Amino acid sequence: MIPAGFKPFEEMLPEDYASIGLKCGLEVHQQLLTRTKLFCRCPAGRFTNDCDCEILRHMRPTLSELGEYDGTALMEKKTRKNIYYRLHHETVCTYEFDDTPPFFLADDALDIAIELALLLRLNTVQELHIARKQYLDGSIPAGFQRTTILGVDGWIPYKERRIHIWQLELEEDSCREVSDVGHDRVYRTDRLGMPLAEVVTGPDMRTPQETAEVGEVIRRLCRSTGKVRTGYGAARQDVNVSVRGGTRIEIKGVPQLWRIPRLVYNEAMRQCSLLEIKSELNSRGVTPNTFRHYSDDVTRIVAKTHYGPMRAAVAGGHVVRCIVLKEFAGVLNRLTQEHTTFGKELSDRIRVISCLTHLPNMVHSDTASESLYGKDWQKLHKRMKADHGDALILVWGDQRDAKCACDEVAIRAKEALIGVPADTRQGLKDGTNGFERVLPGAQRMYPDTDLPPLLIDSARVDRIRATLPAYIWDWDKRCRSLGLNEELLTCLHRSSFRHLYLSIVDEFDCDPTFVAVILCQRLKSFKRCGLPIDGLTDQLVLDVFRATAKGRCSRDGVEKIFRIILESIADAQSEPVDVESALLSLGEDSATDQALDEQLADALRAFKPGRQESGGRRHRFVMGRLMHKYRGRVDGTRLAQRAHLILSQNVANSSSP
Amino acid sequence: MTVETRQGYRGVGRETLIRFGVDVWSDVQMETTSGPFRGLILPRSETADERHIVLKLASGYNVGIEASSISQMTQVGRREANYKISQREFPTQKSKPNVMLFGTGGTIASRLDYRTGAVVPAFSPGELYGSVPELADFCNLSTEKICGVFSENMGPQQYKQIARRIGEEIEAGIDGIVIGHGTDTMHHTAAILSFMVQDSPVPIVMVGSQRSSDRPSSDAAINLINAVKAAADGDIAEVTVCMFGPTSDEYCLLHRGTRVRKMHSSYRSTFRTIGDTPLATIDQKHIVYLKENFNRRRNDRCVRIKTSFEDKVTILYYYPNMQPDVVDALVDKGYRGIVIAGTGLGHINKPLYPAIRRATEKGVHIYMTVQTLWGYVQMYVYETGREIMELGVVPGSNMLPEVAFMKLCWTLGQTDDRDEVRRIMLTPVMDEITEREPYNGYLIFQGEIPEVQEFLRTIKR
Repeated sequence: MIPAGFKPFEEMLPEDYASIGLKCGLEVHQQLLTRTKLFCRCPAGRFTNDCDCEILRHMRPTLSELGEYDGTALMEKKTRKNIYYRLHHETVCTYEFDDTPPFFLADDALDIAIELALLLRLNTVQELHIARKQYLDGSIPAGFQRTTILGVDGWIPYKERRIHIWQLELEEDSCREVSDVGHDRVYRTDRLGMPLAEVVTGPDMRTPQETAEVGEVIRRLCRSTGKVRTGYGAARQDVNVSVRGGTRIEIKGVPQLWRIPRLVYNEAMRQCSLLEIKSELNSRGVTPNTFRHYSDDVTRIVAKTHYGPMRAAVAGGHVVRCIVLKEFAGVLNRLTQEHTTFGKELSDRIRVISCLTHLPNMVHSDTASESLYGKDWQKLHKRMKADHGDALILVWGDQRDAKCACDEVAIRAKEALIGVPADTRQGLKDGTNGFERVLPGAQRMYPDTDLPPLLIDSARVDRIRATLPAYIWDWDKRCRSLGLNEELLTCLHRSSFRHLYLSIVDEFDCDPTFVAVILCQRLKSFKRCGLPIDGLTDQLVLDVFRATAKGRCSRDGVEKIFRIILESIADAQSEPVDVESALLSLGEDSATDQALDEQLADALRAFKPGRQESGGRRHRFVMGRLMHKYRGRVDGTRLAQRAHLILSQNVANSSSP
Repeated sequence: MTVETRQGYRGVGRETLIRFGVDVWSDVQMETTSGPFRGLILPRSETADERHIVLKLASGYNVGIEASSISQMTQVGRREANYKISQREFPTQKSKPNVMLFGTGGTIASRLDYRTGAVVPAFSPGELYGSVPELADFCNLSTEKICGVFSENMGPQQYKQIARRIGEEIEAGIDGIVIGHGTDTMHHTAAILSFMVQDSPVPIVMVGSQRSSDRPSSDAAINLINAVKAAADGDIAEVTVCMFGPTSDEYCLLHRGTRVRKMHSSYRSTFRTIGDTPLATIDQKHIVYLKENFNRRRNDRCVRIKTSFEDKVTILYYYPNMQPDVVDALVDKGYRGIVIAGTGLGHINKPLYPAIRRATEKGVHIYMTVQTLWGYVQMYVYETGREIMELGVVPGSNMLPEVAFMKLCWTLGQTDDRDEVRRIMLTPVMDEITEREPYNGYLIFQGEIPEVQEFLRTIKR
């Protein structure tokens, strides 16, 4: 049963989202283009799947600055995870795994972050205080991320309104997860410690599509500096979603913006559904105060079940426990997201907190026929003194994990009576989401005692302000006025040569669309062929366009010259060539007007008129011969004009007596 | 007494707070030249400048706002930090051994100090049980704070006090003693306690942490748990140091107090036994003894406490071109003992000879150790060595320089008789001098060698 007010994703209108009170916010994490990591001198942006050492750590929750424990921290403590870090000597030093104190914050990273703060029109702070943000999931070996705030309360324009930017943080990136099975979690550490800017918006987006679009604006804004990393995983979004009566839920680490709309839709549906479940249970008389549950070991009853996963568990010496949720019958089968039911809320908690990661990790009486035989369920009902209004859930695992699973099921069931629990959720490929951890609060922040406050002097800010790039929205307007279509514009935003575009168009008076096509599409296709386009300096690119502007090479020639240069860069044996030598090897010099005319005359002589003489056929023949010879070196238009001139002279000559 | 309400603020910062009538812990809304800010005013570190005011934003982040940029500030609330490590009464069971934990400071349990912005120790059985409940699995724990100093500030007064309290606790029937200590000079304290407390019938285990306990990846808990286990269940009735073993969170090593040294400024596994092998490995489940010759736990209460200590002793770390006036100055300042950390097998340069001779003639006791840390002093191999001995310098065998220093302090606190000092110094109390160095007593791996890399990748995780 789909919650009230919901239609299939494609049919949802802005009014539908307005009626459920959808609000979304974004946290855009963007890797910065720096030489080193943020707090140590390891190289940034080097990735490897190799490892030459492994380190094991366990995390313990600690008190916050104001003397409180954080809920997430306590949750992670329950999971009793062994956390393994895979290290490679090229990408990590002793700092990343907290065996060496931090070095001073990387200057280049701070400059880029200040630039972003200015672009986002934030109220900047004058003294940075480095904080430790606790992460007990192990994604950072220290157990905390070093992070700092540069400014608060800015805005960006979007659709005639302002999107509030809450704050900008500069922080360390975390590890990449390799696997998480049972009580063992494995991380790769190459990305760890890379400088990351986090842009946090207010809850100002009203539809899933708006959320993705604002994400795109922020991403472009970051890229407009030319000082951020691009590519898969270089920018990742956390999406905050809430509906009226619901809770702020954070969907973590969505790498692609196009995934956002469906994730938001499903989360909105989940919250509405959880609210309906709450009122339904309340109307059955189940409230946090009257909620009853109990569990027991039922291994003997189900020992001979035909149900494979459970049978295998019992054979492996594991126990099966049954937990009864009084008056919960039918609830577990309620749809919470597309093809996902409330039962998954319980299964997720068991997977994450009790570490019963092998799925399925539970079965329940709402989908009785999918697992045990009816007579087994009857026995269980009898043994557990349950009646038909109750939900029975079976979990299996070792004694301790199975007990923990029952506790977690009870905790999650009780939360259903209150509404939407504050979770951090993981976005899945199909657009739904799963439980990741309890939403952490301000309690997880702790001042970093290893580093003193860092003064940002106004001279530094002024220096950066003086060279700010144009706002992307102004830039876009200019490009559109030059006749670029949206597709090219989007392409251009992704290009690493974007910052050169307007100077090429303005200085060399080149055709705007032509330049855009070369910069994004042609160079990209070279990259696909494996040519090292990162080796192209700004100066080289400018030189090539300068040559074409002076008529020294044709439009086709531009592409050829780039290829010659790139191939020479790729060839380790030879020296990279410059634009002049590339022009030379294209044979620029032979293409004088006189040479062209001679070639045209030759071609004309070679032309054998057929029986049906036509000027068009002759022109095509001559052009064909000439293009074959001059493609790339001479612009087709010029050639055609020249050919036309010669041919018309020729015709004039031949028609004269 | 007035309560300080603007902790750490001086100058402009303080004046600004006073002008707007707000204090530390005020929740304020302020207008500044770079826009409005809202947050809780935090105390300021005394070592930080006076121009900024620290705000805790609602997000939990702290930021510094330049005081002179604030044009308006109003208090909208107040919230004082209530920093308490959760306290729970430590459970006791008759069947479990009784362990006393002495606190001296250091980072075993700590909290934030706003005045300095650094961490300070916090400590009581209830607090420890609140944060490390595993301790109750091994023992009934009592705690006593003997002093509250960072390890670099430890000195004879503290050593004597600890030694005396150890003696009293042993007489009173304790089953094991743990001493929480800052790591920087833990091996100095371990050495002096090995001399001041002899023939203990119970384990005396020193412990600390390299990462303060306010970090989730802290080694404080694992070290403390293992130290308490060593004190409660272990059989080694000596002064030992229990600290992180490998790079990973796997087990701790138990080191003999006279052979241990801090070898890395920040690594968790910084403590290493030098010139010998560690005594045992310990994790929550097992104590694995690596050596057989150690003093075993006894039921009697006979312990010898001798807390003598002479302040006028120093270590002279030899370097090429050392000038003789350094030695002269020490003698003229009344130093009675000098431990030289010499080069190689125990050498110093010739220009020092007259100064050394003058010193010994004036009754200064000079002992030679090696700055290579590993290996014995051997002054017969080269002519130089023989000459130096002629001057009255006594070879200190394979005593570590810091250990020889502590032993000389302790010895000169008892006697000034040249032969007696020599007898005490060269008679090992607890393996500060060993008869032999095992072949696996000197192991320093070097990275990138294929077999070492293989070992790191597969075994030493």
